[in-house]
Amino acid sequence: MNAQAQTQYATEVGYNFAYLDEQTKRMIRRGLLKAVAIPGYQVPFGGREMPLPYGWGTGGMQLTAAILGSEDVLKVIDQGADDTTNAVSIRRFFARTAGVRTTTRTPEATVIQTRHRIPETALHGGQIMVYQVPIPEPLRFIEPSETETRTMHALEDYGVMHVKLYEDIATFGHIATSYAYPVTVDKRYVMDPSPIPKFDNPKLHMSPALMLFGAGREKRLYAVPPYTQVVSLDFEDHPFEIQRWDECCAFCGSADSYLDELIVDDAGSKRFVCSDTDYCMQRRDLEEEGEQ
Amino acid sequence: MSAAEQLQLSSELAQPLFSVRDLTRLYGPDKGCQGVSFDLYPGEVLGIVGESGSGKSTLLSLLSGRCLPDRGTVSYRDTAGHWLDLYSASEAQRRTLLRTEWGFVEQNPRDGLRMGVSAGANIGERLMAQGVRHYGELRAAGLDWLRQVEIDPARIDDLPRTFSGGMQQRLQIARNLVSSPRLIFMDEPTGGLDVSVQARLLDLLRGLVRELDLAVVIVTHDLAVARLLADRLMVMRRSRVVEAGLTDQILDDPQHPYSQLLVSSVLQP
Repeated sequence: MNAQAQTQYATEVGYNFAYLDEQTKRMIRRGLLKAVAIPGYQVPFGGREMPLPYGWGTGGMQLTAAILGSEDVLKVIDQGADDTTNAVSIRRFFARTAGVRTTTRTPEATVIQTRHRIPETALHGGQIMVYQVPIPEPLRFIEPSETETRTMHALEDYGVMHVKLYEDIATFGHIATSYAYPVTVDKRYVMDPSPIPKFDNPKLHMSPALMLFGAGREKRLYAVPPYTQVVSLDFEDHPFEIQRWDECCAFCGSADSYLDELIVDDAGSKRFVCSDTDYCMQRRDLEEEGEQ
Repeated sequence: MSAAEQLQLSSELAQPLFSVRDLTRLYGPDKGCQGVSFDLYPGEVLGIVGESGSGKSTLLSLLSGRCLPDRGTVSYRDTAGHWLDLYSASEAQRRTLLRTEWGFVEQNPRDGLRMGVSAGANIGERLMAQGVRHYGELRAAGLDWLRQVEIDPARIDDLPRTFSGGMQQRLQIARNLVSSPRLIFMDEPTGGLDVSVQARLLDLLRGLVRELDLAVVIVTHDLAVARLLADRLMVMRRSRVVEAGLTDQILDDPQHPYSQLLVSSVLQP
């Protein structure tokens, strides 16, 4: 184990590298190879109990554990932030069980486990994104039966996906689905890109990074290999659009990042800040350097 | 119409659309249906009548490819004129058929509709499955079909569960007809509706069938429905077809003892 990790946290003894045993990691890697070979296809895997509840990222953690090597640098984000409870505890978990280096800076990380966001900083080749997915099946909302949804995937029977979008337009006048927005991967499988906002959907398209998705409760994993076409579903007269804000980030002034709305006092006045804390910090650092 | 077109049309009508030979599926001795053969021509309405448990619904699920037979064949002539053997076709082909050139009207509209989405989405679903990706067109088709089945177009965004039973059944019919199918299967479409609603639905059905030149296989135990809609009748009893022929002929001059019993048991008000 490298010295730097030792300085951060003492590596726990008595655990295998990255918590899971080698057989389990091998099983997950076999599933991942299949998932990468068939982009967007949901591969079942034998999900293990992790030392945190379902819904907190068990799927993502198992994938991370399976792919992590001792030279990797891990970044964990939750809602775009590196300093929220879940991000901090998952990062510490792997620092202690695997002794890997951790970081909050996107360009330095080799493995990024994420919930809800893709970093604003462009990803580069060699990086791996690991997504925590609650419900991997995009057809589930309209078809409760698993056998039926599998048949629909097999036969490319995706007409019902547009029923949901139709309902949105009929009810709200525009496509109101704002997260977990369904995409077609490599012109074949319809995939749920986990609860990332649709703002991040275009970042999946032709990304140089490898995208892995793990659903712990549902025990499914799927993948988007680098440089794969990912197209968001839409209608000809209601094309896919991403969220836009009239405001800029109150800290860094960014006008093109995904913004969180904060209520700052009892009078209900609000400010908008970048949801990606690392991106916001980087921009502010650059500004300060410019001032000096 | 030119002579050539007329000739083409008459040869199109002279060929059966749907051909069934020795169709058998038995759950036990005389339970299910066995030895059923018939041809169905374009625009023809075939009624299947019989008592409960006589195998009518089994026959209908066999015909529509929902379950597989013990033996026998079902062939369908598609729009291109090719004969397709239903049971050797792939499941993808069968599904495509069922949502394009065929329709299936369930006895209970709740089985045939998506209850969680609006009436307009229900009507548009088949079009979306066929690749229509234009919201305006889907909307226009929805409004048009609601009008055709006599539902107020203003209710296009309402959920089917807010509709009455008769409206749900009409919505189900609209949902099936939107893809302009050539063949419709109906499983007791008027069951569970009160008499006046039944009459209106039948009237509507008869109009649509004639107007769109639909071939229909309709299962019913109601002889009045059969007389109103069907050109030909098959009487089933204990898994076998006991009598088949023109509707009027069977209803006015039944030959088989069971048909005679069936006809004589209709209440005369």
